Amino acid sequence: MSKISVKNDTLAKILDRYDKDKGQLISILQDVQAEYNYLPREAVEFVSSQLDVPLSQVYSVATFFKAFSLKPRGRHTVHVCMGTACHVRGAAQILQQMQNEMKISCGDTTEDGKFTLESVACVGACALGPLVVVDGEYAGQMTVNKVKPLLEKYD
Amino acid sequence: MSDKICKLTSIEELEKKRALVLAERPEISTVTVCCGTGCQAFGGQKVAQAFQEAITAHNLKDQVVVKTTGCHGFCERGLLVVIRPQNIFYQHVRLEDVEEIISETVVNGRVIERLLYITPDGSSKITSEEDVPFYKKQMRLVFGANGYIDPTEIDDYIAIGGYSALAKVLSSMKPEQVIEEVGAAGLRGRGGGGFPAATKWKSTREAHGETKYVICNCDEGDPGAFMDRSLMEGNPHNILEGMIIGAFAAGSSKGFVYIRNEYPLAVKNTEIAIRQAEEYGLLGENILGSGFSFRIVINRGGGAFVCGESTALMASIEGKVGEPRAKYVHTSEKGLFDCPTVLNNVETWANVPLIINRGSEWYASIGTENSKGTKIFSLVGKINNTGLVEVPMGISLREIIYEIGGGIPDGKKFKAVLTGGPSGGCIPESLLDLPVDFDELTRVGSMMGSGAMIVMDENNCMVDIARYFLKFLEEESCGKCVPCREGLKGMREILDDISEGKGDESQLDLLEEMSAVIQDGSLCGLGQTAPNPVLTTLKYFRDEYLAHIVDKKCPAGVCKALISYNIVDDNCTACRLCVKACPSEAIEFIGKKIPVVIHQEKCTKCGACMEACKFKAVEIR
Repeated sequence: MSKISVKNDTLAKILDRYDKDKGQLISILQDVQAEYNYLPREAVEFVSSQLDVPLSQVYSVATFFKAFSLKPRGRHTVHVCMGTACHVRGAAQILQQMQNEMKISCGDTTEDGKFTLESVACVGACALGPLVVVDGEYAGQMTVNKVKPLLEKYD
Repeated sequence: MSDKICKLTSIEELEKKRALVLAERPEISTVTVCCGTGCQAFGGQKVAQAFQEAITAHNLKDQVVVKTTGCHGFCERGLLVVIRPQNIFYQHVRLEDVEEIISETVVNGRVIERLLYITPDGSSKITSEEDVPFYKKQMRLVFGANGYIDPTEIDDYIAIGGYSALAKVLSSMKPEQVIEEVGAAGLRGRGGGGFPAATKWKSTREAHGETKYVICNCDEGDPGAFMDRSLMEGNPHNILEGMIIGAFAAGSSKGFVYIRNEYPLAVKNTEIAIRQAEEYGLLGENILGSGFSFRIVINRGGGAFVCGESTALMASIEGKVGEPRAKYVHTSEKGLFDCPTVLNNVETWANVPLIINRGSEWYASIGTENSKGTKIFSLVGKINNTGLVEVPMGISLREIIYEIGGGIPDGKKFKAVLTGGPSGGCIPESLLDLPVDFDELTRVGSMMGSGAMIVMDENNCMVDIARYFLKFLEEESCGKCVPCREGLKGMREILDDISEGKGDESQLDLLEEMSAVIQDGSLCGLGQTAPNPVLTTLKYFRDEYLAHIVDKKCPAGVCKALISYNIVDDNCTACRLCVKACPSEAIEFIGKKIPVVIHQEKCTKCGACMEACKFKAVEIR
């Protein structure tokens, strides 16, 4: 995968949005991740120096919260909802099938950089369960047999 | 949104504004399109856009308004469209129905039968929203407004009486009186603990220190619960109004709304609402000329269940790792940034304007002795009418599940309902007449929690459910204290054994013993309540555990190690649908009209064959 170039002025804009408020560290990291799809090391270092928060603390936050990834992600992010409502309607089977189809484990990215597979605790759209979210688009009432056709829609 | 925004500098100006908003809104036909997250998945925004275009095409722009609203609650029937003022209720609306709704219903006044709600027995079609059984038994005091307002239009909220509670507080009440009123109403925290809200406010008010904070907890990490999200998305001003009143009572000038990042629409609508409230002078300096000032900032969560716990949430707002701390020092004395802090959840804040407007006496007349008002539940899982329901405290589980929820789908048998999420417990059929309130749920080993109600049928395995929650909590445990971090892992390993048929009976006692240690020894609510799903399933469904241990069988057919998929030869037509569906090539086609064969050694038990079969020829043994 090609290395992403981290631009300091892009980061500076994000930091300015929050007035370099240390308390907004999580929101800032979220915006950084939205920009690069993950948290590049250079970006984390820049945020740390600009906010005057120790790098260790920024990393402790970045590794604690599920929302953050320190590895580059694929072009499409597939979130399988593992909430209770989805679980009782067979979410585990859907996740298993996703792993089989992509030939990766949950949390990993396919070799061609196409998909990253992640689970999410609940997206709160329980009427649609079991539910998969691809790049923010909801695919509800999933079945094992709908997994392959769903993935084939993306390139 | 009116283009001439002017700051309202007094209560009279707010009332003048309200009169103006109402005068500008003649009683014309309104098409409300639900754009809550559930209905969005069915193309909510696109449908609303199509309505807008259809109205233009029919030259109806002066006579009909299209309103995109937040969640109406009846997610199962999405996308929902309601034509007001007649309240004609259309369900399962799709893009292709838009033109017909406009030309038939709006123009010609004819009801489209195909889109109406049909009662489960098929006997009658229901035209108006209030007659739908799902809504009929509810008491939608807090949630009802969602279906009437566009959350991005502050004038919509003002038109239904919004910010009048704030006006009343600022013009005629002292902070102590507000606290007294909320206390007399008996408002308890809707986020899980059920702690009296007024007590928190009072201690914060009386605590030492100049700076005090108010926080709204919209982290809602409880899987299966989405009432807070729907309130925040659908009626954000209601929550802001509650927070402003709370801040006035507690003596705070700065507040935070902590929202899960998984709820992007809630973040967006709250941002808009804060901006509009600031423009109107309802937030910021010198609110409505009263001299009281209050600001609100949004913080986005990072996807950690433990951050729903108050002290972990505050750590997260401070930009730190979301680890809880011991609570011998109360949040109301030393909370956020070590300052006295009031922290309530979304639904609690949403109840505040209601109490102020209608009085504590009225509010306290609803509910049971120690649980007042209504509670919103998300009714999900194996239930016909999935959605959000708001009911008075004290209603029975049976009424919620059967009368509002419409019972269990596909004629299956009810097994249990789980309340309180990962901290709650599984309640069996024998307790279905239990009145639902904070204390009764705790008495049977569960809890109110944030209000998720997950219904399970005969095909759900109780061992699997207990294991699911332990796994969830094991992952979400922040790792700070040992009983929770190591104990949950240990318990989960035991449940792994049991679900794989490797358990023995003595492990059940060990589970109970470990539960007691984790309950007593954990630092925060996550650990203290974590054993509840195991304890309640052990108490009410011990037979199922024993079936796994002694008979090596999973009666519900869920635990993979103990089941196998098999062909029912008499039903199999050798149509080969299952052969095509099988991802591991485990099913062999022998010949025409000869039943197919599943090779167990290749089978991954994914269930694709059972799903594909149209003749009920695949069964789990």
